[in-house]
Amino acid sequence: MARGVVSATLAVIRRDLRLAFRHGSDSLGAVVFFVLAVVLFPFGVGPGQEVLARIAPGVIWVAALLAAMLSLERLFQTDFEDGSLELLVLSPLPLSLLVVAKVLAHWLTTGVPLLLASPVLAVLLGLPTEGFGLLLAALALGTPSLSLVGAVGAALVLGARRGGVLVSLLVLPLYIPILIFGVAAVDAAITGVAARPPILLLAGFLAAALALAPWAAAAALREAVA
Amino acid sequence: MSVFAGHRLTCIRGQRVVFRDLSFEVNAGGLLLLVGANGSGKTSLLRLMAGLLAPAAGVICWDGDDVRRDAETFRGVMRYVGHLDAVKPALTVAEHLRFWAALQIAPGSPAQPEVTTALEAFGIAHLAELPGRFLSAGQRRRLALARLLLVPARLWLLDEPRTALDTAAVARLDAAIADHRRTGGVVVLSSHAGERPPEATVLNLDDFAAAATEAWGWREAW
Repeated sequence: MARGVVSATLAVIRRDLRLAFRHGSDSLGAVVFFVLAVVLFPFGVGPGQEVLARIAPGVIWVAALLAAMLSLERLFQTDFEDGSLELLVLSPLPLSLLVVAKVLAHWLTTGVPLLLASPVLAVLLGLPTEGFGLLLAALALGTPSLSLVGAVGAALVLGARRGGVLVSLLVLPLYIPILIFGVAAVDAAITGVAARPPILLLAGFLAAALALAPWAAAAALREAVA
Repeated sequence: MSVFAGHRLTCIRGQRVVFRDLSFEVNAGGLLLLVGANGSGKTSLLRLMAGLLAPAAGVICWDGDDVRRDAETFRGVMRYVGHLDAVKPALTVAEHLRFWAALQIAPGSPAQPEVTTALEAFGIAHLAELPGRFLSAGQRRRLALARLLLVPARLWLLDEPRTALDTAAVARLDAAIADHRRTGGVVVLSSHAGERPPEATVLNLDDFAAAATEAWGWREAW
């Protein structure tokens, strides 16, 4: 049974990755939005090096937050509409594990591309080089939390009209701690303060989200198919 | 003793009592045919049986045990084919079946799912490598039904399975159902057409309809 659970979870991940690659534009959409949003800032605030370097961590994080949120709709919506979600709920695989599998696939197709694009954007905004490592570390810890927390919101709005607006209202307030500590970690590295506390807080947030979000999203999914 | 039974079930959707005090019993090898007017609750009853909906009152038992007590085991012995075919435009027919087979992790499942057998049983073996977006409505339906044969399950819940099927496919479905019953499987089938499979127990949902004026009290309570 235990081996069956693992292979079924892997099957869900493989399927979602396959679907994401075959609909390449969907996952590309999030990273393109991320890059474009950041690229617009130098035009908006002017090319002054000090200003850009000062706001770089915040700009990158806010853009990552919004890009992650835009991609949430894909997580359960299509499965809900074509009836796959009913069958997934009815499979013997525990529903919270199913959520973990889907969130992992979602993170691999949206979080990881954001992670890979961020150093380029950091160079573009002239982020001091001391901040690069921590920007990556903070994003690596923060983006999985974004996907996990977002999954709860995405599951809750299934079946609602204008779900996109609703999901941002539900999810953005919960993203604020990730934003604060994500930016704090990068700022700490640049100003030479200890970056350990914000990183640990981000890790703690991820651990809490990993424990609670799949369970909450599973409850919301069960409600959605009823 | 009946394998699959429901006792005094009541179903409430929105603020409407769909049916009340409904009981049913099916033996091994039996077929329960749900008939009734549109909106009489055939789909609701099937969703209740599958565990997608919770009954407002009453219990559903499999082998004498309440199915809600050990839901994961029950899901392992049950296959549900609803109105939606769950076909992904980007996945091929064979990929669909391999994925659904991988999800069936109940103990006693064979290591190798019968993908080819399932495809042949519904006459879509030649479409195995075709992506879902090129399938016709009937072919999508055949693919949804092929899930039934992937990994053996004792209980089939079929919601109007003949929708969109041509006569050849209906014959294949009837043969699959007959085979399933011969090996002791249980089938619950909803239908609005006048078909009457052999030795079916007929359950007419219209007999259990609650009076239309009877409101589910909380609108007044507000």
